[in-house]
Amino acid sequence: MTLEFLQSYWWILVALLAGLLVFLMFVQGANVALLDGKYDQVRKRMIINSTGRKWELTFTTLVTFGGAFFASFPLFYSTSFGGAYWVWMLILLTFVFQAVSYEFQNKKNNWLGSRAFQIFLVINGILAPLLIGAAVGTFFTGSDFTVNKEAISNIGEPMERIISSWGNSWHGLETVVNLHAMLLGLSVVSLTMILGNLYMLNNIEDEMVEKEARKTIFACTIPFLAFFLTWLVILLVRPGFAVDMEGNIFMEKSKYLHNFLQMPVVLVMFLVGVAGVLAGIGTGIFSKSRKGIWPAGIGTVLVVMALFFIAGFNNTAYYPSGTDLQSSLTIANSSSSVFTLKVMFFVSLFIPFVLAYIMYAWHAMDKKHITKDEIEETPEKY
Amino acid sequence: MDASIFIWSRLQFAMTAAYHWLFVPLTLGLSMVMAIMETMYVVKKDEFWKKAAKFWMKVFAINFAVGIATGIILEFEFGTNWSNYSWFVGDLFGAPLAIEGIIAFFMEATFFAVMFFGWNKVSKKFHLASTWLTGIGATISAYWILVANGWMQNPVGTTFNPDTVRSEMASSAAFWEVISNPMAVDKFFHSVLNGWFVGGTFVLGMSCWFLLKKREIKFAKRSALIGAIVGAIGVFGGFISGDRSGVNAAELQPMKLAASEGLWDGGRRAAFSVVPGVEVPGVLSFLATHDFNGYVPGINDIISGYASNNGEVIPSAEEKIQMGKTAIAALKGYRENRDSNPAVAAEYRQVLEQNEKYLGYGYLDSPEELIPNVPLVYWSFRLMIGFGMVGILLFILAFIALHKDKLQDWKWLLWLGIITIPMAYLSGQFGWVVAEVGRQPWTIQGLLPVKAAISSLSVGAVKTTFFVFLGVFALFLVIEIRIMIQAFKKGPEIDEAVPVVTNNE
Repeated sequence: MTLEFLQSYWWILVALLAGLLVFLMFVQGANVALLDGKYDQVRKRMIINSTGRKWELTFTTLVTFGGAFFASFPLFYSTSFGGAYWVWMLILLTFVFQAVSYEFQNKKNNWLGSRAFQIFLVINGILAPLLIGAAVGTFFTGSDFTVNKEAISNIGEPMERIISSWGNSWHGLETVVNLHAMLLGLSVVSLTMILGNLYMLNNIEDEMVEKEARKTIFACTIPFLAFFLTWLVILLVRPGFAVDMEGNIFMEKSKYLHNFLQMPVVLVMFLVGVAGVLAGIGTGIFSKSRKGIWPAGIGTVLVVMALFFIAGFNNTAYYPSGTDLQSSLTIANSSSSVFTLKVMFFVSLFIPFVLAYIMYAWHAMDKKHITKDEIEETPEKY
Repeated sequence: MDASIFIWSRLQFAMTAAYHWLFVPLTLGLSMVMAIMETMYVVKKDEFWKKAAKFWMKVFAINFAVGIATGIILEFEFGTNWSNYSWFVGDLFGAPLAIEGIIAFFMEATFFAVMFFGWNKVSKKFHLASTWLTGIGATISAYWILVANGWMQNPVGTTFNPDTVRSEMASSAAFWEVISNPMAVDKFFHSVLNGWFVGGTFVLGMSCWFLLKKREIKFAKRSALIGAIVGAIGVFGGFISGDRSGVNAAELQPMKLAASEGLWDGGRRAAFSVVPGVEVPGVLSFLATHDFNGYVPGINDIISGYASNNGEVIPSAEEKIQMGKTAIAALKGYRENRDSNPAVAAEYRQVLEQNEKYLGYGYLDSPEELIPNVPLVYWSFRLMIGFGMVGILLFILAFIALHKDKLQDWKWLLWLGIITIPMAYLSGQFGWVVAEVGRQPWTIQGLLPVKAAISSLSVGAVKTTFFVFLGVFALFLVIEIRIMIQAFKKGPEIDEAVPVVTNNE
């Protein structure tokens, strides 16, 4: 196994984890439904208990995504996490509040009242996909950082020894005015809301929830298509961050369009993924089927993976610096050593086994849909 | 440079880690208690054990949520606040975190949901397996994070690569050295057993509370017995694994051992300090080297240089710093010449390799920086052991009382059970203070001091997040305690006359 093979292999796995994470953020998307005034308290509790049985999978996927990125491409971890400090801290805080909100919200003596914890879930439901989407959006627009490995041999002031430095004191918050990146963030918010409502359809048996969920899917599809298509068109025409044979970074017109055309398999993957998402949406809106989550979920994974592939493969810098092009991160210059990647390759062989038991447990737990009766009668609930 | 950037980054990390360790030990210990109870239910088909297990699961779930929430903060903080660290050691350090996620976290997350919600959805045996797998997942998770921590204490299996400017795994086989690192193995047992001590004490102590209130007598007595068994294994095992930790520290982190003993001037037949002024001759030598006549260096010896038990001459701190600065200068020379003048670069590389062992010392300004906060480490060590000994006493008395069926009558023992709960927690907290403060100024022992490991952030940014986390943690703690109190006030509500279940559910 060569270093190049292992770098590509791990980029594929990071992309897979990113895809699964966006899919599993149906938990966040469904929780936004708690804002819907048409749901009474029992139905809100049905939604919370429905997502409450999956939230840890989303959370764990986020942690594993972070861990896998750290293990395979540590320069990204040190540059992005240490640089875009506020973005990562905000993502973190929203997930931290989400984690406790399930357990705390309907417990007696919880001090803040159940409404407050529902609001935390809604904030996480909107902010987490927005920020994660926008952070990934900067993979195509560039960020304000420099990487200088010579710094470590400075014996002067500690700050002069830091290899990765952010160029401004906003530390990632400047992404708010990066319209292209924000469009991807908004696309992810609306997509996760669609996925969340498709999941509710699949997991909750209640006429009123079904009716509302189908309406919400329709309402979210319009902004989703508007945001995503606008983002996509800009992506395909904008210059991208290319890498030459010597590893130098340069700007190439329509780089990401070229990547799609030069990697037809990725293009097919992307198109099949988009078709899957649209099929899932169509199923949710136009048919009585409750299974739209599956084509939409698989489609989401494929689309996200395809986007990671055009960001990192075909001689492309996946985490570009707009400040200093040569500081941009590629899968070649930011990865772990061949030995670490090889060890991690063998560890990754556990993944199918992990996926198998998750699917088995999911199937066992979801054989019976959540009903109003169950929520009113069972003591084991959030 | 404002030195407070790394002080605030350290404070933030220390606060998060200490807070996280309030929840993890209870998770580890309670998982055993409830798994044993559910096993009793499945084997004996007695509904009582199901209700007892469900009660402790409820407590487990309240605690588990905050443990998860704080765990992710630690993972992120490696990157957000320790950017140089993340690159310098990411080649090795990231792997255990990723493996923890893939192998342990998914197991915990998947089977926790089955355990908590699946009583009426899956078979009895599948449910029991899920309960065990939740605890096993938590324990495997502890192993991998302690492999990472053990490597920070004793960085085996890596070599510094001047081309990539980082420590890298020396070979694929070196990973075995990392996962079997004696520091990691001992820390794993010591930490997990501390979890059992905390969990066992918590169950025993809260059972004592029920007995004091004359409520849930049968539940409380049976819980007390299981809590005492788990807790006793934890605390006795903790002392055994602690002995191994002492030997490891003597060999690999002599400054930590000297600081935890307040030993400024070492020698042979070194005395163990019980408290200042009360010393037992030779015992420290025995604990450190398993020889009453073994040599134990003191803080001054480590600073001025000494000869170890195997005759190796350990350079003075000043010499180490000079060799470190030579290594850093050679690194710079190598990188400046590696493309333009390979012959000169090769000479620099040779100098670097000769001094590589002390590279991290080159970032220090004075030998005094190598001395951790001695009073803090010294007293933390004593409090850790002292609280552990209270635990031993409690479990011995509890076994006697349970054997004679007198637990509910011995009120003083019931009170001792209750007040030992915070002591068990504090034993773990103080243990981590010894482990982490005792090895300052290093993030990676001998390789990277904290002040070379930071991110390019302003002090204001780190102070802000520190106080935000402080507020959030305080809020969660208050809520958690209130909910726990409510849960115990309500109790398991077990009807003592529940009939034995004979049919399969």
